[in-house]
Amino acid sequence: MLPPVTKNATGWKLFWLTAFGRAYPRLVGQQREKSWLFFDVFFPMISVASYVFVYRAIQAPEDYIGFVVVGGAMTAFWMNVLWNMSSQLYWEKQTGNLALYIVSPAPMSAILMGMSLGGLAATTIRAVSVILLGSLIFQVSYAVVSFWMLLAIFLVCMVALYGMGMMTSSLFLLFNREAWHIANLAQEPIFLVSGFYFPVKSLNFWVAVGASIIPLTLGLDAMRQLVFSTGASLGFLNVRLELYILIGLAVVFLTAARYLLAYIEKLAVREGRLTEGRR
Amino acid sequence: MKDKFSVYTEKLGRVYKIRDAKKGDAKQLTALEDVNLVIKSGELFGLLGPNGAGKTTLIKILTTLLSPTSGLAVVAGHDVSKEPEQVRTCINMVSGGESSGYGLLTVRENLWMFAQFYGISTKEANDRIKKLLEIVGLSDRANMRSSDLSTGLRQKMNIVRGFLTDPEILFLDEPTLGLDVGASRDVRNFVRSWMDDDPTRTLLLTTHYMAEAEELCDRVAIINKGRVLACDTPEHLKKDFQKEAIFSIDVECDHLVDLERFTAIAGLNKVLAVPVNGTTSVEVFLEAEDVLAGVITELTEQNARIASLQKRQPTLEDVFVQLVGKRMEEVEKVENDDASASN
Repeated sequence: MLPPVTKNATGWKLFWLTAFGRAYPRLVGQQREKSWLFFDVFFPMISVASYVFVYRAIQAPEDYIGFVVVGGAMTAFWMNVLWNMSSQLYWEKQTGNLALYIVSPAPMSAILMGMSLGGLAATTIRAVSVILLGSLIFQVSYAVVSFWMLLAIFLVCMVALYGMGMMTSSLFLLFNREAWHIANLAQEPIFLVSGFYFPVKSLNFWVAVGASIIPLTLGLDAMRQLVFSTGASLGFLNVRLELYILIGLAVVFLTAARYLLAYIEKLAVREGRLTEGRR
Repeated sequence: MKDKFSVYTEKLGRVYKIRDAKKGDAKQLTALEDVNLVIKSGELFGLLGPNGAGKTTLIKILTTLLSPTSGLAVVAGHDVSKEPEQVRTCINMVSGGESSGYGLLTVRENLWMFAQFYGISTKEANDRIKKLLEIVGLSDRANMRSSDLSTGLRQKMNIVRGFLTDPEILFLDEPTLGLDVGASRDVRNFVRSWMDDDPTRTLLLTTHYMAEAEELCDRVAIINKGRVLACDTPEHLKKDFQKEAIFSIDVECDHLVDLERFTAIAGLNKVLAVPVNGTTSVEVFLEAEDVLAGVITELTEQNARIASLQKRQPTLEDVFVQLVGKRMEEVEKVENDDASASN
């Protein structure tokens, strides 16, 4: 009927085949449902517009408009990590995919890597669209100090952010709907403390330090310092220091994700939580 | 010794702790108890039992999704608790009614994605997908979004997913659940031909459809309340019943036949009655055929008019009734009623 499979990849090759396989639904999903792209760009633009009008009404420095546009674009990544990374394993459990991931020889870390890469690529298109549209509509002018530093900050910020998503996805798996509700509650307060629409420096120093646990806080602050002329004067910490802290966060989150995932998987298998939400 | 078998379990048990149990309620639930099974390479082995019997729990343990709380389970020569990664390279699993995959992807893309998780190259995966879709009659839906498939077609896609990776041991958990007669037959035919194609393949199938187990399986284990009650070929299991004469009698009556009065008939081992569309279907298990006269007399005394009477061969259903004391539907009804009451 069918010849046997000639060769099954193992090790790193299996890891990257799995990651690409899992990234695929996120990459093509956007192409299949074009209305998603419209709404994912349109709704953040509404928030951006409201802040822009407030800043213009109070005659805030013109760079604040740019701050809001960049913040609005980066919101897309936060939403993607919160709802398409952290809670994803919970939803995969509900649909039965999680059981199939576990039963396969693919490492779970590769599945999460695929989710991250696919989500990152799809969200980048949304974020770029928000920046382009926002810049065009509100006539934002940029003065990039260092392109390479900007790129480094963005990449490290994304690694740390998606590392955090990988780590929290394990916790969501463990706490089921309870974690989902907590994330729902935390969404708006995190918008506030992370300075998505204003310089985080405006907050109390210790509040800003606390908010820095979310990589977007420092990433956004550093990027604003690098692309706006008044950015440096409104920055929370030195850009280089923020880069080092982001590297530290990336290492911590990725390492924690690896160990937490292994621990949670073992615990879930022991208690029967991988496929049975009720118990 | 146990390394030589595809599946080997020894005193396997699984107990669930019930979280948030109310005062006075049981704090734990025994899903499996002392399960000893040996499944040889090349066997199509069936686990037959009602809903809640422990079939899915056993499959979950054997597929490394759940750890046992006692005993030993070895799959493809590897202990499921100690070497789950090695077990996973040899197995695949398909469950009935599963909604796995992503609705936005086409049938072909979903299957390709799962093939990636098994390290199969894109070219080989696509070749295999094409052939398998042809075999199950899904070629014309290959580029259709899986969310647009009917339940039956979706289950065929799931079945292809299980066979795509050519596993050494395949676990099918209620693969025909919710399918219509035609789709169920297609699935059964495909399963049988896959097994006939390579004598080293092993397949463990769970079902609560007696006819499915009887038609497909080389050997069957009957399981109820977490315990394996019997394990043998369907022919051997039924053989014990050959000494009994089984008669099916349809009677027309406006009330259920009083079963208590039948127990007084000498030579009557068991009697079952099920109301069906205004009539009652009575089954009697007799030590000898001449006991039937007493049964007919009793029915006549109860003013029940006999519409039809036939002698029939024993089935796995009869084996189940003898082992459990009830029909499978009755066991499931009691389980469902208990579950409703506790909710």
